[in-house]
Amino acid sequence: MTTTKDTVQQRAPQTGRKKNSLTAGQMPRWTWIAVLAGALVVAAGITALLGGGGFSWVGWLIIAAVLYVLGMYATTSVLENRRRATDGFWRNLVWAAFILALIPLVSVIWAVIANGLPTLIETPQLLWRDMKGVTGADDIATQAEGATLAGGFLHGLVGTLMITLLATIISVPIGLLTSIYLVEYGRGGWFSRAIVFFVDVMTGIPSIVAGLFAFAVVQVVITTFIGDGPRQLQMVKMGLTAAIALSVLMIPVVVRSTEEMLRVVPNELREASYALGVRKWRTIFKVVLPTAMSGIASGVTLAIARVTGETAPILVTAGFIATTNWNPFDGWMTALPVYIYRQLINPTAPAAGDPSMERAWAAALVLIVIVMLLNLIARIIAKAFAPKKTGR
Amino acid sequence: MSKRIDAVDLNVYYGNFLAVEGVNINIEPRSVTAFIGPSGCGKTTFLRTINRMHEVLPGARAEGRLLLDGENIYDPGVDPVTVRTMVGMVFQRPNPFPTMSIRDNILAGYKLNGTRMSKSTADGIVEKSLRGANLWEEVKDRLDKPGSGLSGGQQQRLCIARSIAVEPDVILMDEPCSALDPISTLAIEDLINELKDNYTVVIVTHNMQQAARVADKTAFFNIAGTGKPGKLIEYDETSVIFNNPSNKQTEDYVSGRFG
Repeated sequence: MTTTKDTVQQRAPQTGRKKNSLTAGQMPRWTWIAVLAGALVVAAGITALLGGGGFSWVGWLIIAAVLYVLGMYATTSVLENRRRATDGFWRNLVWAAFILALIPLVSVIWAVIANGLPTLIETPQLLWRDMKGVTGADDIATQAEGATLAGGFLHGLVGTLMITLLATIISVPIGLLTSIYLVEYGRGGWFSRAIVFFVDVMTGIPSIVAGLFAFAVVQVVITTFIGDGPRQLQMVKMGLTAAIALSVLMIPVVVRSTEEMLRVVPNELREASYALGVRKWRTIFKVVLPTAMSGIASGVTLAIARVTGETAPILVTAGFIATTNWNPFDGWMTALPVYIYRQLINPTAPAAGDPSMERAWAAALVLIVIVMLLNLIARIIAKAFAPKKTGR
Repeated sequence: MSKRIDAVDLNVYYGNFLAVEGVNINIEPRSVTAFIGPSGCGKTTFLRTINRMHEVLPGARAEGRLLLDGENIYDPGVDPVTVRTMVGMVFQRPNPFPTMSIRDNILAGYKLNGTRMSKSTADGIVEKSLRGANLWEEVKDRLDKPGSGLSGGQQQRLCIARSIAVEPDVILMDEPCSALDPISTLAIEDLINELKDNYTVVIVTHNMQQAARVADKTAFFNIAGTGKPGKLIEYDETSVIFNNPSNKQTEDYVSGRFG
């Protein structure tokens, strides 16, 4: 501490330039660099002393950060005044919190890229092959003799896309119409308040419960209308059931985001439309919805991105298979998250887990890329549909 | 093209609150009528009952009779949408549809209702309406640009063009110039003078000079106090209202001695 302060005071310059009375009493611009350097040096010393033989990089950075924040406070309060020092102290704390929040985010992306990208570049066949016919022997060969990685996750990609697509087809109309009811017709009556309450409850449902619910519903439907033999019970596990489970998770998100967007459409536009003798439903579909379309589209895309990563409800409702199944209405399907889960928990060759691990990381990278793409699409849609303001 | 308006013992409510009480007024076709009065006295509320826009607000309703050429628009069974096709409205703040071009804004009354028309018919309507609103020369080269890109005064004239495009019988204007600068205001006032050749125009204004400039007849509304209903105090030729009003309240208001 004292060292830091001393260094700075020794270095404090007296510039020969003509002084501006408005900037009198201010520290030189580079003070923070000096304090930072001092903090890093002192922290390095402390870390080396405490660490005995070894040197901890993480410990060094943490100690340096603490020293810097305290050192800046001390320096500023000595060189300027306490008010400035407190202001700077809080600003530094906010920055520290921001960096802390970024650490998990960056490290997740880093870990996935570092582990997944080499595999994907080396064997891009993973993207268009499934696990059909891949046995433990292949993986043992890969691990022991360096043979190319066998198998792939095309079935996972197909499963994720089909299930998500179906879930979107189910939940967007329901969610959209629900929020239209809430904003345009319900007007805060007891029924709409009840809907809002249950939608909020639904937002908090654990996803596995949604999976069990969808499974139970489809089972009831099938046993009631088709029959309850073992063949019919087998039918319950399919892509559609998983899509229903994901819809349960998606609908509340779509309802809430769309509702917000519809509420910010100015009432003046509705009145302008009514005043032209336009009926209410036409006003809603031709004036209110287009005006809110950018927000609605990005809300829907974000809801899709959110359910793309679900694992548990899909595992319960669609199972997992090694082959590519394009038909969500018949037979089991594998989704990418389920694929990752299976590869990690049940490696194809229990004795040689590394190839399975590599496939899992590559699949994780692809999943993250899909979610990022969806977010990007949401932004593009929001831009494209946004009401044009210019043209003057 | 133009209809007379007669209100008979009209009471307007917001829920259980009586906002305007006992209005009796006869508005001639092809004339400009101005409603003046202090804030909260029910001018706008009464104006919005003339095309049944009032009841768009939850709980709002009107009792009594309001006759358009002798036909009561508050008869049970009358569809408010039919009334609104006959009575157009221009609002306080210009509100062109932000997702539509200038051309589409003019055609909104047809397009939103799903009416199909040939391109030449549509072009004719666009030009006629924009000429009617004195906006054609300013925007004819950029009909495909968004309406929200125009200046405030142009937007307001665009909204007027949009309401005359559907050829109503009556045009209601709710403080159409309160968000505009004096030059745009002048343009709108000139337009109002031309509109009365074809339409019945009713205008709410806070600007008494404006009422004096544009209106043939003027109606003064007042309110006895907070929570009391607004009432029509006096309705007469504009010159009488401003120079020789018969009611003390009107005289106080127009001479600025109010309150």
